[in-house]
Amino acid sequence: MTRLLVSVILTSLGALVYGLLLGGVSRVITASIHGRIGPRLTQNFIDLWKLFRKESSIHHGTMFWMAPMFRLTGGIGVLLLVPIIAGNSVLTNMSFSGDLLLVLYFMFFGCLGMALGAGDSGHPYAVVAVSRGLLQMSAYELSFSAAVLVLALGLGTFSIENIVSAQQGGILNWNVFRFPFATAAALITFLPMNMTYPFNIVLAPQEIPIGPPTEYSSRFLSFMFSGRAIFGVAKLILFVNLFFGGAGSWSSLLIKTFLLYMYPLFVSPVFPRFRTEQSVRFLWFVPTSLVAVDLLRVIL
Amino acid sequence: MYCNKIPDKPVDNEKIWKKLDDLARANSLWITAYGTGCGAIELRPLHTSRFDMERFGIAMRPTPRQSDVLIISGYLSVKTLKRVIRVYEQIQDPKYILALGSCTIDGGMYFDSYNTINILDRYIPVDVYVNGCMPRPEAVIDGFILLMKKIKEGKAVGWKRYKENLEYYRKNQREIIRNWDLPDYNW
Ligand code: SF4
Repeated sequence: MTRLLVSVILTSLGALVYGLLLGGVSRVITASIHGRIGPRLTQNFIDLWKLFRKESSIHHGTMFWMAPMFRLTGGIGVLLLVPIIAGNSVLTNMSFSGDLLLVLYFMFFGCLGMALGAGDSGHPYAVVAVSRGLLQMSAYELSFSAAVLVLALGLGTFSIENIVSAQQGGILNWNVFRFPFATAAALITFLPMNMTYPFNIVLAPQEIPIGPPTEYSSRFLSFMFSGRAIFGVAKLILFVNLFFGGAGSWSSLLIKTFLLYMYPLFVSPVFPRFRTEQSVRFLWFVPTSLVAVDLLRVIL
Repeated sequence: MYCNKIPDKPVDNEKIWKKLDDLARANSLWITAYGTGCGAIELRPLHTSRFDMERFGIAMRPTPRQSDVLIISGYLSVKTLKRVIRVYEQIQDPKYILALGSCTIDGGMYFDSYNTINILDRYIPVDVYVNGCMPRPEAVIDGFILLMKKIKEGKAVGWKRYKENLEYYRKNQREIIRNWDLPDYNW
């Protein structure tokens, strides 16, 4: 029990630090695309500390208080349910067979909590953003779940550990080569999941100022930032496990997650934002038809 | 729906973290995206590659709840003052005010106008003034650097001054805003 607790705390802290660092790297790279110097690599840590130590005297109700916790719990939950390094008994945390379905559920747990909290804050922009977010979520969740289903059907298991072990023994065994269309669809849904351009209709700066967190300040915001960083890392590890052969060692984990994290950076700085209906239409048709190809292949 | 409670007077009892806090605050200034007067136009270039304010950790926030700095970028009409008070009081402590242009210092070329204020510091506590008509982006960045220095030295305490002397500021505000309909404090 104590061992599990220690591992949970260490894993979460590690993911937080890694997530914040990745965020810093992406800000620096975006700046250099713009031809700017950009912020420090540690800027996210400074921001987090500042927010954590600011006064928080505003609250709007119970759900408003709980939403950042939901976000944090959702992030940590996903992180603990995926095996971080295959075969490492400590870092396997709480993954057990049949875990893929639970992970799928947990992935949307934080978003739903956030939606309730934003609704409680009563800010009109927050409510607009929540309705957009839920709509978009229903659009990408379909193709992401279908992509996961392709893996489960193709490999005959719902356990992430088994999916990882099925990909061992050569790069051509990775699911990205076995199920290229499903992987492409999942990678497209990775963008709206991370709320990057062109799919960031939820936060949409300059449009509905900042969406759900409009009323959130100080400590609440710092918890949401941490939740987002941890969740980001958890998603990266999940994608690496599902499609890119999992990670057998620290170095391969870092390299794979880093490269996967860099991928939205090639898309987001050069694309403007979709309108809500454009985004939803794109997500309904493009990734869904991609995944349908692999689904048919697996079934027939 | 808002709380009408007057805020408590600030107390200083957390000395241990103070140095670290001030360092973090100075290096992570988030500005409320709010512009008054002519000066707002000079804030836009700060985002661009040429001036790049992000290298100082300065960023724009679309909501006062999440920001630290309110920039009064030029002359302030009485009507706008009312909005500025609302925005300022919604920002969470600690918060700072940067005032741009001669209009905020002594009224500038609008010194005898019937509907603008002359000395901003009488209505809300200013931490740093940047003079000029209009200050160029370089001057604004210079103002930010001065503000960062003051924060690190623990001297940017306008927000404490405001809470401690709330009656004084309220009296001045009420004198000039005729149709006063604000709550006791805008949380
Ligand atoms: S100081 Fe000059 S530029 Fe600034 S608001 Fe006044 S008149 Fe306009």
